[in-house]
Amino acid sequence: MGWQWFHRLGSPRWFYEKTSRWMFWLALVTVVLLIVGTVWGLAFAPMDSKQGNSYRIIFIHVPTAFLALAGYYVMAIAGAVGIIWQIKLSYMVMRSAATIGAVLTFIALLTGAVWGKPTWGTWWVWDARITSMLVLFFLYLGVIALQGAYQNGVTANKASAILALVGTVNIPIIYKSVDWWFTLHQPATLKFMGESSIDISMAYPLLVMISGFYCLYAWLMLHWTRAEIVESEQKTVWVRDLLKG
Amino acid sequence: MITEVSLFRTFLVVLQCDLVIGFRQRGDMLNPVVFFLMVVTMMPLGITPQANTLAGLAPGLLWVVALLACLLSLNSLFRADFEDGSLEQLILRPQSLYFVVIAKVIAHWLTIGLPLTLVAPLLGILLSLPAEGVVPLWLSLLLGTMTLSLIGGIGAALTVSLSKGGLLLSLIIMPLYVPVLIFGASSVRFAVEGLPYLGTLAVLGTFCALALILAPLATVGALKMSVQE
Amino acid sequence: MSIVPLLELQQLQCVRDERVLFTGIDYMINSGDIVQIEGPNGSGKTTLLRTLIQLFPHDEGQMLWQGHPVSHVRYDFLSDLLFIGHLPGVKKTLTSRENLNFLANLQGYYTAEQVDEALVQVGLYGYEEVIGYQLSAGQSRRIALARLYLTQARLWILDEPYTALDAQGIGKLEMLFIQHVEQGGAVIFTSHQPSNLSNVKRLSLLDYRPQASHYEMQEEGVDDY
Repeated sequence: MGWQWFHRLGSPRWFYEKTSRWMFWLALVTVVLLIVGTVWGLAFAPMDSKQGNSYRIIFIHVPTAFLALAGYYVMAIAGAVGIIWQIKLSYMVMRSAATIGAVLTFIALLTGAVWGKPTWGTWWVWDARITSMLVLFFLYLGVIALQGAYQNGVTANKASAILALVGTVNIPIIYKSVDWWFTLHQPATLKFMGESSIDISMAYPLLVMISGFYCLYAWLMLHWTRAEIVESEQKTVWVRDLLKG
Repeated sequence: MITEVSLFRTFLVVLQCDLVIGFRQRGDMLNPVVFFLMVVTMMPLGITPQANTLAGLAPGLLWVVALLACLLSLNSLFRADFEDGSLEQLILRPQSLYFVVIAKVIAHWLTIGLPLTLVAPLLGILLSLPAEGVVPLWLSLLLGTMTLSLIGGIGAALTVSLSKGGLLLSLIIMPLYVPVLIFGASSVRFAVEGLPYLGTLAVLGTFCALALILAPLATVGALKMSVQE
Repeated sequence: MSIVPLLELQQLQCVRDERVLFTGIDYMINSGDIVQIEGPNGSGKTTLLRTLIQLFPHDEGQMLWQGHPVSHVRYDFLSDLLFIGHLPGVKKTLTSRENLNFLANLQGYYTAEQVDEALVQVGLYGYEEVIGYQLSAGQSRRIALARLYLTQARLWILDEPYTALDAQGIGKLEMLFIQHVEQGGAVIFTSHQPSNLSNVKRLSLLDYRPQASHYEMQEEGVDDY
């Protein structure tokens, strides 16, 4: 009996109907946080003494970089739950997390490059963080490519879940190795984005932006998963009724 | 009534079978080595024949090319077993598939990774690798290619039921090779620069041990998934 | 001998690509039974066999091996199982003898003489040293069938065992079936041809076809809260 809630949670229909009520409020909170954070960060936060106004891209770069890594773990955990308890919904969450995570990683890389141009005078620097982020992007691409390669949905889900789990074990090793590699080749003169040195007046809008992005992530995940549910359950009666309106 | 087959015996039966097959298909065994040789030949043509420049690049180049050669050979790891049905029979044994996977990966390494390692010092000469780098190159590849085969086994198992798995396999596995490449190439570079390289070799050894324990678990899961399709 | 059936299927249902292949199979396989699974192409004969050997998931019902759920007694079940599928498991680069030796030694200990004797039994005398490339599809399948002479497993599950055999070969295989079940074993097989065996039990998948909208009703049931 104690497991009933768990299996209910695994029911796509229950999930879909339950989350309908949250979507609006979550979207509202997200928009408010993002607007406040953006205006505060762009208009009111002081200019950086060394980097001028170009530093302001951290208000996008840092939150997306955080989420890119966290998103991989969301994907892997969803995949693991899917494998262990064979819950369809969990795989849907995994697939959503893969796409959204890859996009966020790409945005983090892109904003990093845009930031690099005025700061170092070049679009790309083989910095430890950027390199790790790039490898993370490749890991996401691998999961998405594997998912797409299988015709059979069940096998595709299992395959990408296994790969995501393997990636989870590897990510700390990859990050540590890349860090080590970086210190080896470039003694830490290019220490970029030292959070410790960040001024408190810059930190507050950054925190607002980070929470805004977390809400955005949650909203995107729910939205995407709901779309996956409608697509994969399209033959069932309740989705047909839903689509009829 | 039913005889139990010991895990070690199964390990030996599978290893022997794969080694016999590997030996009968000596051509396939040579291909990665020839690939290694050819790509290394492209390097001076594409970069510069100057010994000084090449010597500086040699540790990294040799490692990257060895990694690619290993990667290209992975597709065949479980392919034949999947297509002829013996993978099914291996999975239907009552005992765990874990040691079967290790036996197959070791056989693969003995037929692919080991020959690559053995010829690597010769190719080092082509790229003007200083003499101090030869032993570390040898040792790092010995440990490294074993790790590459173990990790690559996961990718081979995940893509074995796909008819065009080759490129996809490289895509999903290459990011996982990053740490091995970093420490493998660094060992050689350290030796060339006169720095102690035992530490990085020890890290490679750790990777190898970790991969030996963990990678077959994922490979077993992936193989079962592939057969259950 | 206990009265517990060797293998018991309870309300077994399989779904493939969102389509119910068969549903509600209740069946008992006792030691001494030869069961032929019948049904037109695409009715799920191979899927049923693959479900029985746990290589395809069933989404409803359960399977009992000597009274216990198969998933709980997996080791015992697989120890007592011999499966020969569409693919014979014969390596193209090994000789007939090496192939059979490999397959048999995964499940038990067999000497070279026993292996050669089994090859003789399936009519491959003189082909011991022939490499897999040169064997015909039929000969490869016969190598797989030779495993039947080298096994102690009680439950044989065979997918289309007759395809590669001539009339004489079929007769010999049927003799082997009878011998096997007389010793307390059981055989489950699929075949297009009607069998000459007199005491075959039949399981026709046509009897277990789902009603048209069955799957949707199931979905509704699950989601009804």
